[in-house]
Amino acid sequence: MNEVLNHSGDWLPVVFIALMGLAVLAYAILDGYDLGVGILLPMGAEDELQRDTMIASIGPFWDANETWLVLAIGLLLIAFPSAHSLILMNLYIPVAVMLIGLIMRGVAFDFRAKAAVDHKLAWDRTFKIGSLLTTLTQGYMLGQYVMGFDQSLSSQLFCAVSALGVTAAYSYIGAAWLVLKAEDQLQTRAVRWTQLAGRASLVGVVAVCAINPLVNPGVFDRWFTFPLVMFVLLIPVLCFLGFVGNDILLRRLPKAHDRHSSVPFFIVVGIFVLCFSGLGFSFFPDIVPGKLNIWEAASARESLQFILAGAVVVIPVILMYTAFSYRVFHGKATELHYH
Amino acid sequence: MLSRIQFAANISFHILFPTITIALCWILFFFKLRFDLTGNPVWMRAYRFWVKIFALTFALGVVSGITMSFQFGTNWPGYMEKVGNIAGPLLGYEVLTAFFLEATFLGIMLFGIKRVPSKVHTFSALMVAIGTTLSAFWILALNSWMQTPAGYEIRDGVVHATNWLEVIFNPSFPYRLMHMLLASGLTAAFFVAGLSAYRILKGDEKQAPRLALKTGLILAAILAPLQAFVGDLHGLNTFEHQPQKIAAMEGVWETEQGAPLLLFAIPDEETRSNHFAVGIPNMASLILTHETDGEIRGLNSFDGDHPPVKPLFFGFRIMVGMGLLMLATAWLGCYLLRRPAMPRAFLKFLVAMTFSGWIATLAGWYVTEVGRQPWLVTGILKTADAVTPVAPANVGLSLAMYLLVYVVLMWAYIHTLKRMAIKSVYVEEFETAEPAADGSLTNLPESHIKPNSKPGTAGGNA
Ligand code: HDD
Ligand code: HEM
Ligand code: HEM
Repeated sequence: MNEVLNHSGDWLPVVFIALMGLAVLAYAILDGYDLGVGILLPMGAEDELQRDTMIASIGPFWDANETWLVLAIGLLLIAFPSAHSLILMNLYIPVAVMLIGLIMRGVAFDFRAKAAVDHKLAWDRTFKIGSLLTTLTQGYMLGQYVMGFDQSLSSQLFCAVSALGVTAAYSYIGAAWLVLKAEDQLQTRAVRWTQLAGRASLVGVVAVCAINPLVNPGVFDRWFTFPLVMFVLLIPVLCFLGFVGNDILLRRLPKAHDRHSSVPFFIVVGIFVLCFSGLGFSFFPDIVPGKLNIWEAASARESLQFILAGAVVVIPVILMYTAFSYRVFHGKATELHYH
Repeated sequence: MLSRIQFAANISFHILFPTITIALCWILFFFKLRFDLTGNPVWMRAYRFWVKIFALTFALGVVSGITMSFQFGTNWPGYMEKVGNIAGPLLGYEVLTAFFLEATFLGIMLFGIKRVPSKVHTFSALMVAIGTTLSAFWILALNSWMQTPAGYEIRDGVVHATNWLEVIFNPSFPYRLMHMLLASGLTAAFFVAGLSAYRILKGDEKQAPRLALKTGLILAAILAPLQAFVGDLHGLNTFEHQPQKIAAMEGVWETEQGAPLLLFAIPDEETRSNHFAVGIPNMASLILTHETDGEIRGLNSFDGDHPPVKPLFFGFRIMVGMGLLMLATAWLGCYLLRRPAMPRAFLKFLVAMTFSGWIATLAGWYVTEVGRQPWLVTGILKTADAVTPVAPANVGLSLAMYLLVYVVLMWAYIHTLKRMAIKSVYVEEFETAEPAADGSLTNLPESHIKPNSKPGTAGGNA
């Protein structure tokens, strides 16, 4: 924590890393659920109606959700340009694959509604595969980031675990979203999906948490120093309780009159927030773990001030109309009334 | 080099869709507003058809745009190191003020028609239109700044902003923004007119495509002369700030007074002269200096520090040629509008012109961007110094992937447009019911698929 004190006069980079963290977290939660819905899409011929409902449940939101990714990457570019270059060049190929995944998703979504009936299934497949590619590469990149872009076999293995873990986590939040948004059969199915994905995510989280401090000594020291350890261990404990509590609740769902159907989603959101703060805690104030901290990477003051002035005004407005949009589309997803 | 090709391929693909959506969105707002004001359901039907096309085009713009935002870091690290202090905030404002606005209200515009009052829906369309225009504002501020930098100083080899207003409203920005918005208007106008003409040719008897065709033609007839005028001003501005670019566009090798306007020629950089030149004497001087014997500095006086000549020379002629063709077409079209029915030959010609805006826009961008070479940011950063050190094999691999995806998407896009147009000839029956008294639309497809509304009976109440 010495660096933090040394730079205590220089608070702009801290504000920007906080903003960026917020954008990444918002992205993981929001695009997380719509990616998850994409992964879960059942491909059977008899499932077409359910697919329509699932896609209708994310229809009005996915574009805005993805914009958080653009904002996160934009903030990285604005505030920490050298970190931006370093990270993106090291992840050149996975980024390209992820972008292709995002392209497949984004267009399949629109084409499926307009294409000839016999092409619809093909576009649905594209949607599913695109979602999977996106989540797998994002998980892989997270692994690479944690490993400091190390290319050895063992870290590739870790990245593979991380890819699967992140995919499970996205499915978890996607399924919980469906429990909230769907009715009848689809809802019952979604409850089951949430349970399975929840258990898989738990395994993933435990694996990543166990390996990370072992390979990054700095992380180990940070977590296991007294007296902080008493306090920060709350994060994994709460997280674990979240997983278990959700599993128990899910066994009772769906209940009559749709009671408690929104609870799983909010528990998963809580778990995402906790995992993310754990990750942040491990590395702050480094922006590229072990290589570059936020003060070394920050760009010029006047540029940061200029964009901050705008951000302070605009972000609340964005949150306001986002809330408005969620209010407009509250309640159960109806089938796809396109336009 | 590969990485430059990749960037050019991506942005060329990207720009095609925003050029349509920026203006198409205003056209949609116009349709919806007309419906709100007149209550005439034909406007609503036109809106319904075009909003679907808009959604598709928008989606392609978004996905290719997301690709662009990653490429700044991966393909041009030297760029961000040197001018990131300027480029970053401008791109950031684009995300904050434009992207969220359009993305969120697009959701309401596309899916909210049953959930919000008609006025709120119209308001959403307006917000999306403002969002796309703001997006053009910021990205063109950046692009213009790269052409004619202002409001900055260089400290320790890195560019710092000194005055943000000067950065944004740099000398070429007003011209470039106007020119781009008009380009978008023309592109969308011909797009709407072309696709409507296609519907009519396929036997669509309804009024909605006629109304859209009329809207497109009138819009084009107004914008085309404006574009020529603004383009001329833009050229004068470039002549002042980047004379070497104009020299290349006009194919002027030696500094001369009373330079001719070349209608055709083949510039040759080896012999530094033009072959087969056909020109109008003194005309170029007249246009650029407003004097018949005004002086134009030739390429030879820029001593190796000028852009490649051929692409600029031809690119410029393609753009202006397209512009003039659009002008003639639109005016002829407006004249023909007074007849009860358009001649089929003219409709076919309009179909052929559907994507004419794309050609002119791409040609224009290539002139602008290639004309800045060898600089990436005029006078500050050379292109060669900004390129990525990522291994060529990696760039090549990802380039191949992108190209493959783009070809497939372009094919699917055009194919789907065609299908939607043909389908609408029969299916718009769904949407023929009158809206409820409060203007809200209850006539969604589900409630109207009655056994008797089969293709063939369509068009009756249009
Ligand atoms: C915000 C900035 C920006 C915008 C809006 C555009 N460009 Fe660009 N373009 C660049 C920023 C840039 C750049 C980063 O400055 C490049 C990279 C290399 C270079 O010379 O400039 C460039 C290069 C570049 C090149 C390669 C030139 C060469 O290497 O000789 C082409 C062909 C284009 N662009 C084409 C386009 C097209 C068709 C655009 C419109 C859609 C476009 N650019 C918009
Ligand atoms: C290098 C340049 C560019 C970058 C990095 C870029 C980036 C992006 C991104 C990330 C999006 C998606 C936003 C979303 O999620 O909604 C987007 C969309 C858009 N871009 Fe660009 N863009 C560039 C060039 C341009 C140019 C030259 C224009 C027009 C003048 C333009 C106009 C738009 C518009 C209007 C949209 C909204 C989507 C649409 O209408 O299709 N962009 N761009
Ligand atoms: C009819 C007469 C026209 C004239 C005299 C004209 C003139 C110009 C000039 C001088 C430039 C550029 C350069 C620079 O300094 O970088 C330019 C760029 C451009 N033109 Fe045109 N133009 C015309 C028509 C059109 C049309 C019809 C379109 C599209 C529909 C179009 C789209 C563009 C675009 C997209 C650019 C690049 C962006 C920019 O610099 O604004 N132009 N035009």
